[in-house]
Amino acid sequence: MNNETWETVIGLEIHAQLATNSKIFSASPTAYGAPPNAQANLVDLGYPGVLPVLNQAAVSMAVKFGLAIAAEITPLSVFARKNYFYPDLPKGYQISQYELPIVARGHMDIVLEDGTLKRIGITRAHLEEDAGKSLHEGLGAFSGIDLNRAGTPLIEIVSEPDMRSAREAVAYLKKIHTLVRYLEICDGNMQEGSFRCDANVSVRRRGAEKLGTRAEIKNINSFRFVEKAIHYEVARQIDILESGGKVLQETRLYDPDKGETRSMRSKEEANDYRYFPDPDLLPVAVSEAFIAGIRATLPELPDEKAARFAAAFALSPYDAGVLTSSRELGDYFEAVVKLIPQDPKLAANWVMGELAAALNRDGIDIAASRLSPARVAGLLQRIADGTISGKIAKEVFEAMWASGSDADSVIAEKGLKQISDPAAIETAIDAVMAKSPGQLADYRAGKDKLFGYFVGQVMKATGGKANPAQLNELLKKKLAG
Amino acid sequence: MTLHTKSLAALAAGLRAREFSSVELTRTLLARIEAHQPQLNALITVTGPSAMQAAAVADGVLARGGGGPLTGIPLVHKDIFCTEGVRTTCASRMLDNFVAPYDATVVAKLKAEGMIMLGKANMDEFAMGSSNETSYYGPVRNPWNPQLVPGGSSGGSAAAVAARLTPCASATDTGGSIRQPAALCGITGVKPTYGRVSRYGMIAFASSLDQGGTLTASAADAALLLRAMAGFDPRDSTSVDRPVPDYVAALQLPLSGMKIGLLKEFFEKGLDPANERCVREALAVYEKLGARLVEVSLPNLGLSVPAYYVVAPAECSSNLARFDGVRFGHRAKEPKDLMDLYKRSRGEGFGAEVKRRIMTGTYVLSAGYYDAYYLKAQKVRRLIANEFEQAFAQVDVVMGPTTPTPAFELGSKTSDPITMYLNDIYTIGANLAGLPAMSIPCGLVQNLPVGLQLIGRHFAEERLLSAAHAYQRETDWHTRVPAGYE
Repeated sequence: MNNETWETVIGLEIHAQLATNSKIFSASPTAYGAPPNAQANLVDLGYPGVLPVLNQAAVSMAVKFGLAIAAEITPLSVFARKNYFYPDLPKGYQISQYELPIVARGHMDIVLEDGTLKRIGITRAHLEEDAGKSLHEGLGAFSGIDLNRAGTPLIEIVSEPDMRSAREAVAYLKKIHTLVRYLEICDGNMQEGSFRCDANVSVRRRGAEKLGTRAEIKNINSFRFVEKAIHYEVARQIDILESGGKVLQETRLYDPDKGETRSMRSKEEANDYRYFPDPDLLPVAVSEAFIAGIRATLPELPDEKAARFAAAFALSPYDAGVLTSSRELGDYFEAVVKLIPQDPKLAANWVMGELAAALNRDGIDIAASRLSPARVAGLLQRIADGTISGKIAKEVFEAMWASGSDADSVIAEKGLKQISDPAAIETAIDAVMAKSPGQLADYRAGKDKLFGYFVGQVMKATGGKANPAQLNELLKKKLAG
Repeated sequence: MTLHTKSLAALAAGLRAREFSSVELTRTLLARIEAHQPQLNALITVTGPSAMQAAAVADGVLARGGGGPLTGIPLVHKDIFCTEGVRTTCASRMLDNFVAPYDATVVAKLKAEGMIMLGKANMDEFAMGSSNETSYYGPVRNPWNPQLVPGGSSGGSAAAVAARLTPCASATDTGGSIRQPAALCGITGVKPTYGRVSRYGMIAFASSLDQGGTLTASAADAALLLRAMAGFDPRDSTSVDRPVPDYVAALQLPLSGMKIGLLKEFFEKGLDPANERCVREALAVYEKLGARLVEVSLPNLGLSVPAYYVVAPAECSSNLARFDGVRFGHRAKEPKDLMDLYKRSRGEGFGAEVKRRIMTGTYVLSAGYYDAYYLKAQKVRRLIANEFEQAFAQVDVVMGPTTPTPAFELGSKTSDPITMYLNDIYTIGANLAGLPAMSIPCGLVQNLPVGLQLIGRHFAEERLLSAAHAYQRETDWHTRVPAGYE
């Protein structure tokens, strides 16, 4: 695609399922994975005569989100009905918010590739109920309806069209994902659909003021797909424009199997949702006192934590960002640092390196890590105090990971304690030098590179346990003759 | 012993004194229903066996000295209230087969009081109508003259009470659906303040206007029934959390010094002179009792009918979307696809008036029309509510006619919806403003009842009931029973 000519413009609509115990307007549980319709009561089924009653926990969570993105909290927000017919929408309307959403005008900062910050505007975040699901398999000529999800509380987070690349969109999406989990208002599970997004994508000539015609891409349920779907869509639109065509305003579906977007419905076919205030529900009043109460429950937010880590532990912004990408990871890292305060950088490297790799390999969440922060800190202590080298430490870590035991036990059991006795190291050096007269001669003749050879040989002879610093020093002395 | 003309208080006293049992009372009324149903068509479903069972239970409770002031007293529920295990049709083909798995709050409360449900009353389909002619189950006839309509939408409830088939009935009022049939049938109807009676389990027509209430012979009976029916319901977000006063005790509130506002606009063109005469005579009674009459004006009241016929259809178009043939109610046979299922289920299930309002409502909410219709109508609504508020700064109660004319002939207005809609011209204002209002019988014109309407401030049911009761102590219109039903 021709990025010199064309500028991409992206806005995201994120749907985050709120982690309430019951639905937004009924007492049904919201747990995932129950048999179809086991969690749908008369309100969820839209039975004649039943009425919605607002779940206050959903309001608290929405306000919490609003405060975390420095948004305005609407003192009197209004639920509205979005009217359309679909079998998985039992009432024939979705209860949502339209003209007066509970959260308005917030923002989220992302870090660009060059390290600069970019502020993404968040137009609004509103409360609404989820629809059910249509099931098309195993029912012959019929479709089935599962209303377990109907009435699950959502906040829809609508950004400004502030993103200029797929990468920015992913960075923003990830930050929102991190935030909602920090706030404990959403489990963030994208596979189960607890966190999903639609992307509004358009392109325009660089320098143009007016936005191009956008397509809304639906059904993007992973970070990877967001990037792929946007790339595909941008290329498609540029192709159309460069061949003299016009982009149509339409809703497109992302097909992850084919890696493409395809048209769902055009603007002409779009529903007229006939929004109007829901007369079954009173406006949602949020008082200053209520807001203050919620504010008091806000945890340290990801950006605040990252700034603190960078300052307190002399970490790079990148490392600080990685370590605060989830609340659990940040907590874990801090627990390790607390036990080895003299070397936060070492702690950071190990948590982001070996530990993250092991967790990732075994598909384990940090919160369920097989090694506690104390175990990892115990290992790092042995590096710091010279008992083992960093290299040996990796071996110790793998053994610890497999057995769950502590560093000292592994070191003792496997005899991996570092050799720091100069006499023992000298003996090993002498033996190597005796075995390698040719190399010794070459080295002394100026082939400095052979120093590494001797280090390797001594390490091999000592099973890798020689104290690297001491070895260096003694070897230099001995080779010099 | 004429059990069927006794007041609720007299029935309660008789039951408690063992002068008669609830089983006898229930049997008597079921026999009356059986005798008169072919003529009146007041009920859609009669629940004889379960009523007799409940009556026997109530007798047991009373024999042990238990129960309350309504235990063992029968009633009928408008067929808009969901009743567990008994079908609830809303007088629509759409719900001909619908049996609710739960009781509406109103039904549950009165059941808990030990009241006996005799059956479900006929009504206009989905409560849309002013003559009870839109019912899928055929029109209800006025006990005063079978050629005439009983009014609507609570026509079945009103005819059943007027014919003394039941001492009382539940009903709902969205634009006059309690008061207008009360007036045309010569009984007492109370539409409480919006939010006073739970809407849970009351099949919605226009949620911001719908309000459950009572149809009884007298204000004293209404006080007893309403006391048991009203109250905050956590399952209805629009119900108001405010204690229910003792309406029965409030009947004795003094009348003297009360300021009655005569609504100028109620006495202008369109009001039948005979109706006006009855209403003015009733006002003279109030004057005699020590009330002061003051003229008040609501200049924009004339806009209430157009505003109502935007707001109510808008809400109904959305409320009735759930009737799609998917989960309950009428489902078209052999649909060829989803759209066919929707179109035919709804096309077959709904009657003409319901369809007219769904279409009107869909139109006024559509993009490009919303501001001009729905939003404008909401502004008018606010305006009318403000004008009522100003009027109530000067007076305690507003009075006037309930309807422009007495009962009209079946079929006489069905071809012209506008003429039909204008029948609600005096009643709609109270719904738009959410005010309590009632209608009491105040005379007969050519042997047809005329209703006096009383409108009060928000939550001033006590004031309305006591004013009505004071009038009914002075007059006997409320004791008149149509010929053949004595």
